[in-house]
Amino acid sequence: MTATLTIEGLKVAIGAANVLRGVSLEVQPGEVRGLVGESGAGKSMLGRAVLGLLPANASVTAGRIAFEGRDLLAMQEAERRNLLGRRIALIPQDPMTSLNPVKRIGGQIGNLLRHHLGLSKRAALMRATDLLNEVAIREPKRVLSLYPHEISGGMRQRVLIAMAFACDPALVIADEPTTALDVTVQRQVLQLVERLRLRHGSAVLFVTHDLGVVAKICRSMTVLHAGRVLEEGETANVLVRPRHAYTRALLAATPRADRPAEALRPVPPDLTDQLWSEAHRLDQVPAAGAA
Amino acid sequence: MRWGELIRRLVLVPPTLFGVAVIVFVLLRIVPGDPIAMMIPPGASEADIGRLRALYGLDQPILQQFATWLGQVASGDFGRSISVRQNVLELLLARLPATIELALVATIIAVLLGVVAALVGILLRGRRAEWVVDGGIGVLLAIPDFLWALILLLLFGVLIPLLPISGRVDPEIDLNLHSNFFLIESILTGHFDIAFALLHHMILPALALALPFAALVARLLKASLAESEDQDYAQVARARGYSRPSILLHEVFPNALIPTVALGGVQVTLLLGGTVLVERIFSYEGIGNMAIDAVINRDFPLIQGLVLAFAVMFIALNLLVDLVVTMLDPRLRHG
Repeated sequence: MTATLTIEGLKVAIGAANVLRGVSLEVQPGEVRGLVGESGAGKSMLGRAVLGLLPANASVTAGRIAFEGRDLLAMQEAERRNLLGRRIALIPQDPMTSLNPVKRIGGQIGNLLRHHLGLSKRAALMRATDLLNEVAIREPKRVLSLYPHEISGGMRQRVLIAMAFACDPALVIADEPTTALDVTVQRQVLQLVERLRLRHGSAVLFVTHDLGVVAKICRSMTVLHAGRVLEEGETANVLVRPRHAYTRALLAATPRADRPAEALRPVPPDLTDQLWSEAHRLDQVPAAGAA
Repeated sequence: MRWGELIRRLVLVPPTLFGVAVIVFVLLRIVPGDPIAMMIPPGASEADIGRLRALYGLDQPILQQFATWLGQVASGDFGRSISVRQNVLELLLARLPATIELALVATIIAVLLGVVAALVGILLRGRRAEWVVDGGIGVLLAIPDFLWALILLLLFGVLIPLLPISGRVDPEIDLNLHSNFFLIESILTGHFDIAFALLHHMILPALALALPFAALVARLLKASLAESEDQDYAQVARARGYSRPSILLHEVFPNALIPTVALGGVQVTLLLGGTVLVERIFSYEGIGNMAIDAVINRDFPLIQGLVLAFAVMFIALNLLVDLVVTMLDPRLRHG
């Protein structure tokens, strides 16, 4: 079976600074993979590289990104754009800024449906109503006529989730979709993502710094630090028997209901320092020597 | 802008105009220069000068003069021009439409040029050709409207005499129109030959006024487009597979328009101020041209009327800009 997403030895640099240092990972059809790491680990950059949304000063210097076996980096622009939003979708991080402030919700969803599914204006509106129903938005017809600032952050995120799953994507990249939300709303959003991915049969690459979130919904996980994969495997295995010292440190720093708060230990600075200097040493190795 | 806000702004109009009236009235009488001195032939007797002074009420104390004038203005009488010896209101009503039409045409040209330049510039963003656009905008911005007027006059009026360089329309053309809004009326009534003749005369002065303003629009809009394009919603639109031109036009442009109109709209006042010199250079019969004569002749009633006319236009323009911004930005429409 072809993997939905295959990343091999991906290197991304911003100017002379490396951000991803040879990352490999796979997402199988229907799989939910957590991509975990602290800020600056490069986890969001990885998501952006898949979507072709790297910042203007960043570039892929090595490696391969394949979607259902097709090389995304070698693909024609038009061909890739035809996949984006339809077969590969994004749930963005910040629902407050990710909807266009001057356009009605209905117009924004309608545009997507018309663009990728070629629906008429009328059909797009009916489908948009169904989509909002699917993400448990009450009075969907009314919400379609509203502007983003007229609905809550949680509702905006549900609209964005509905849009991500609108065209039955094979892969959804969820870029820290719960980070900007209240804790009470986070759980709803997770349940929603879980329900919709089952219904639409999508694989999900769930980018997060929250091990609790990973434990809840990800079957497998990849731990990223300084643009390197430190550990990966089934979530149950990794969380119960972490092999890498960094994963153990992350776990020790994660609050849990069955553990007093005093037992929390921050990730030791020595460890991160050591990992960063390892990463920088990797940068020094000439390309030929590395091969 | 909600209704309450609109009413508040309208209520503020009379006091604003009153303030303008006070300032111009007092300034005119403080600065040196005397309308009577401009009128009398050399060797006129003291008694003649005194009679003239009394005729125009200039022998009264300033406060008295102001009260008299204000009372007249309140009843719609702006007095008689000293130098042209006509009713000031009639003079204004005859000339104002010419200036409004010129400013309107200039604004339309400027917006078209500015929007196109901004869109081309943003499409070239990050490439070397972007510098060409930015440089062009800089040059346009650096040269003031009256200098453009002289350059255009020399180029297309003298060196390559393609266009007329003076007046509002050829004298031999029979206008036969009801209002003084020649251009607007001739277009609305389908007299396109007259409209064309008017535009033919208007194009050089309008272009002179439009070029620096176009550069301003282009710079504001391009910066707003760049800022909006970096926002999350534009990035997310890319992740939906929309093409960049489509995103710029449909997602980014409506957002970038808001600050551009808010900041640029108010700058139309600069363009209106520019009509004074540009109308003079092209002998265009608007109130700007008339203002220069009025100042040279120290024609107090006419200057006061002109300044109030400009003030009303500026206030109306500011209100209009706020209304348009409210229409463009749904966040301002609702609580």
